[in-house]
Amino acid sequence: MRAAGDLVARMQISQGMRLVEAKAYVAKKLGVAVKDLTDPIIMTEVRTDLRLGTLHAGARSAKGIEAKHNIADLLDIDINCVRNFRKNTGK
Amino acid sequence: MTKILTRYGDGSAVELTESELMEDLIAGTEDAAERGNIPAMTQDEMDHLADIFKCTHRVVGVDPGYECVLSYDGAPIKMLRTNVTSDRITALQIYEKLMGADTLEMGFVDYSYKPIKPILTFEEPLMEQALLTTTAPIMYGAQPNLGRYSQPDGPFPNPAELMPMGKIKEAQESYELAVDEAVKDMVDVASSMYESGVDCILLDTVGAAGDADALAGLRTAEILREKYPDIGIEMGMAGEFVLGMHGALEYEGVRLAGLYNHQMLELAQKAGVNIFGTVMNTSTTESTPWNLARAVTFTKACSDIADIPIHANIGMGVGGVTVHDHTPIDVTSRASKALVELCNLDGL
Repeated sequence: MRAAGDLVARMQISQGMRLVEAKAYVAKKLGVAVKDLTDPIIMTEVRTDLRLGTLHAGARSAKGIEAKHNIADLLDIDINCVRNFRKNTGK
Repeated sequence: MTKILTRYGDGSAVELTESELMEDLIAGTEDAAERGNIPAMTQDEMDHLADIFKCTHRVVGVDPGYECVLSYDGAPIKMLRTNVTSDRITALQIYEKLMGADTLEMGFVDYSYKPIKPILTFEEPLMEQALLTTTAPIMYGAQPNLGRYSQPDGPFPNPAELMPMGKIKEAQESYELAVDEAVKDMVDVASSMYESGVDCILLDTVGAAGDADALAGLRTAEILREKYPDIGIEMGMAGEFVLGMHGALEYEGVRLAGLYNHQMLELAQKAGVNIFGTVMNTSTTESTPWNLARAVTFTKACSDIADIPIHANIGMGVGGVTVHDHTPIDVTSRASKALVELCNLDGL
């Protein structure tokens, strides 16, 4: 969560992607270089702009399930609990 | 002559000369190669590992570009076990928001699937609340733990008592009954947690009770993959090879007894597992260079053939790390760097 490890992990968990492929996929979706994925300064800015949740999320910023809605859309994956949330809220 | 400071597998300190270091690296990789019938490390790989040990820095890290995903074993359980008074959701928030964890793992204090089944009505809403307040992917983890299915803890005759009496067939039948029951319990628990929204089911410490335990894990993964095509499944091994407690059990026509991790990986992939967790045992009487050379050799045999991510278990007594509750950072950081860089690991 300091950088992009959770996003790369999501591609491993949901798609079984190996590390190199998962990093390349996430970097492309975020519009950054692969080397930027581990830079907490760059990634805090990117995550704030894209509302993907940050380590120390401030008031009114996307956090928890809110951020996961945006992550699912950005990475173009189904996130199980987001699907449940949408079902339960009729969205 | 420069001395290399390192440790034995029990954690006690030892000084090695460069030639002693190389002797231990060669002996370690050859031991793994012979046992697993896999390639030993190349000279370049051993030189790289030697450089990691010769580095005098207290803590080392991977070269840029090798950063990988980190997961944490039974996170809330570790909090409770170390006397940190925290409920499980708070524990996950601490891992995510204070430690910056890439992934989270929810687990019940009795880290076995069987005792979780009767308390699912409490586990499900807790998981759902955790998923609302965290961002990183959450795994739900527990062990098959086939020991739970034999008397006096379970319904079936105890194979460990039957075997010394020469009742081999009866012991095997007991294991087979336990597999069927464990698979039912694991599928029930995993299904509930998946339907509550969890990102990944962790079948952890698979094979701890031998080949029957391993079979239960593989069958569970296969059923879950068919039932929920998009479910995340991680399978973590209990040891570097599967003990043949039953001896004749097979999965997909392959006898499970005696399989090393790279052979279990192939079966796990067939069963539908997304992430495979390797485990290599540490010998307390050998040096860390010996243990780590061995762990690298075994782990590389997995990583080289894997179609799915490999997350090596590194910690108390596995992955080249010392058998001690308080693992020394000089060893854990070297083991992490060596395994990630030499095996192109996807995670730890």
